[in-house]
Amino acid sequence: MKEESSQKPKLKLAIYWGAACGGCCVSVLDVHEKLLDVIAAADLVFWPIALDFKYKDVEAMPDGYIDLTLYNGAVRNSENEYLAKLLRQKSKVLVAYGSCSHMGGIPGLANFTTKEALLKRVFIDTESTVNPDKIYPQTEFEVPEGTLELPVFYNDVRTLQQVVDVDYFLPGCPPQTDRLLEVFTAIVSGAELPPPGSVVGASEKTLCDDCKRTKTENKKVKRFYRPIDVIDDGETCFLEQGIICMGPATRAGCGERCIEGNAPCRGCYGPSEASPDPGAKMLSAIATMIDSNDPEEIEKVVDAIDDPAGTFYRFSLPASILRRRII
Amino acid sequence: MKHITIDPITRLEGHGKINIFLNDDGGVENVYFQVPELRGFEQFCVGRPVEELSQIVTKICGVCPGCHHMAAGKAADAVYGVEPPPTARKLRELFYMAHFIHSHIAHFYALAAPDFVVGPTADPAIRNIIGVIEKVGIPIGTEVLKQRRIAQEIQALIGGHQTHVVMNLPGGVRKGLTSEERDDIVKKAEGFVEFSKFSIKLFKDVVLGNETYLDIILNGPYALKIHSMGLVDDQNLVNFYDGKVRVVDTEGKELFKYGPDEYLNYIAEHVEPWSYLKFPYLKTIGWKGFEEGQESGVYQATPLSRLNVADGMATPIAQEEYEVMYKTLGGKPVHNTLAMHWARLVELIYSAEHCLELARDPDITGTELRVPLDKIPTEGVGIVEAQRGTLTHHYWTDEKGIVTKVNIVVGTTNNNAAICMSIKKAAEGLITKDTEITEGILNMIEMAFRAYDPCFSCATHSLPGQMRMELVIKDSKGKTIRSVKRK
Repeated sequence: MKEESSQKPKLKLAIYWGAACGGCCVSVLDVHEKLLDVIAAADLVFWPIALDFKYKDVEAMPDGYIDLTLYNGAVRNSENEYLAKLLRQKSKVLVAYGSCSHMGGIPGLANFTTKEALLKRVFIDTESTVNPDKIYPQTEFEVPEGTLELPVFYNDVRTLQQVVDVDYFLPGCPPQTDRLLEVFTAIVSGAELPPPGSVVGASEKTLCDDCKRTKTENKKVKRFYRPIDVIDDGETCFLEQGIICMGPATRAGCGERCIEGNAPCRGCYGPSEASPDPGAKMLSAIATMIDSNDPEEIEKVVDAIDDPAGTFYRFSLPASILRRRII
Repeated sequence: MKHITIDPITRLEGHGKINIFLNDDGGVENVYFQVPELRGFEQFCVGRPVEELSQIVTKICGVCPGCHHMAAGKAADAVYGVEPPPTARKLRELFYMAHFIHSHIAHFYALAAPDFVVGPTADPAIRNIIGVIEKVGIPIGTEVLKQRRIAQEIQALIGGHQTHVVMNLPGGVRKGLTSEERDDIVKKAEGFVEFSKFSIKLFKDVVLGNETYLDIILNGPYALKIHSMGLVDDQNLVNFYDGKVRVVDTEGKELFKYGPDEYLNYIAEHVEPWSYLKFPYLKTIGWKGFEEGQESGVYQATPLSRLNVADGMATPIAQEEYEVMYKTLGGKPVHNTLAMHWARLVELIYSAEHCLELARDPDITGTELRVPLDKIPTEGVGIVEAQRGTLTHHYWTDEKGIVTKVNIVVGTTNNNAAICMSIKKAAEGLITKDTEITEGILNMIEMAFRAYDPCFSCATHSLPGQMRMELVIKDSKGKTIRSVKRK
């Protein structure tokens, strides 16, 4: 059946995961009944969770064959890196989709430790592991029948941009599905896209601007609390209650889903253009909130915050100015 | 020896690679299933406040994040030596039933149904949810997407985030339900019960009512005679949220039952140099290799094993269906791998009925959501059933509740050895000297894997694919002997 020449060709779409959890793939499927509209507009040419295309099929594609690739997950091992480079080559537009490819995400917390410590804990020291011969997985192993290969596990978790050129960043853990639909619709409708390197599907404002919790004029606190230390009143700004919330250092766009669940923000949408390092921004925000002029007292209040690095850089360690802990 | 790789495994969540070695007779010499990924939660969670772990470990999996959230919540409760108040406990379970509903609907319709409703060797282009919808009709297809959406919405309502849930704190939950929200959930849960009954009827009509499929389930190369594991309540009925872990042997006799604090006495993990995923086994028997039978330590933790270990289901319609299943399959325990699909639907009914019960419980709109934490935190274990198997989280903290050690044994991980063996058995049964290795054969090998609904299983996998696959058979010198393309 011949297609009408005026009929627009479908967008060739690929979705791939590096060191990922699958939540970003779920976020695509959470378009629910609108999935049929997505399929009408796009041809999925590679998506391991859903379709049976193999790596060989991508390797066989001409360069630039894929119109749009959404790469989620961090670059943790050589397979993730290989696919990032392969998909860059085969794609016109490459989007870092979700926190992990954008900033390193939760797997990025491994940059607080080393490959050696991590592998030792998993394969030797865990209490349920029985491994008297201290066997570690090998990148190449000879079995009687032939050779088996595994990817190389790197010491550093990297973001997608640290490995290949990225056209756009669509943040979130996972991105809120409505944001994805807005971006997808814009692309399919041929709307003018922002300049390459832009963050899409997120606001220029911070979470605080959108947050429905009550903000008073009183922004000073004597100390900070962990969520277990206090009962959140369910209404007032978390920071005003002394509960650490990453709102001031985080872009809006998620729909405040954690706040709706009465949990303070942990920064998965990443920082705004204006303050690109979440840790620096939060330290600054906290400093302005401490109700004291005495440097010793201030120091005590800050020291009492548990796991500041792991909280302020929860999703963003590989992308931050820290990058990783030097051990 | 000829080395066939299927890379990557597809139509499941996560990375995996199958290696099939053929001997000179053209039969299967050995099969290795490798998991090439690792992120290291057991290391990088150290140094985090224990209450934060509930939200960090959801990122282990984006399809069953609620399972990790519940295990983490219970482990954190145990670290502080507290139990949540009844309203909080019931809110967690209500959330959890919606979580099972989303996942089991998705797996059955998107991953399982294509192989049965459309056909195991059918054209790959239609062997997916689109082909299923074409066969069952758009109204039903839309209903599937709608019911999953409703299940996701209920999770978002109770749990905050629709995927990476935030509800748990040590000692309880952050948010309650209003009576309007509860009334809405009751209506939706009634819909779940109807839809789950419809789903199992569909399975019976289209799958069990088809001689070819019934034959594949009963007599295909998909049976493993191994031990079964699952969580049961104090009546020995299936429970996903709480209870004791029960293991029965290949004949269905109870081997042991353990509470969370005892798990290290009963399960251990073996390491192989060719996979990043470990291989749990029954410590009381020991690691005897990739072997079936009474004397092997290999076990399964799946919907089928949960039904095998239990004396029944805790809700009436699920109980009826449990009895029908075992009557049809010739008694307990059942070892036919593909019966996992059936068991999953029995569980779907239980999840729906229990969701409705909990929504109707007067405690569900209670206002006592958290208990105070007044003990010094130390160590705790939380065990739940994930959709894909028994899930164990074990945390150690310092006196401030900052995590010092983590050990996690994940649902699908329990099944690593069994999955390896199932794939090998299917390959051995399907590939012999004279076999023409077609794409249908390849898919039937993959069916051995898919029955386990391995972790990261996606929601509606719903796209028309030109599911191309190329199988290249090389001799030991790397020369291509034959190439089969699945277009």
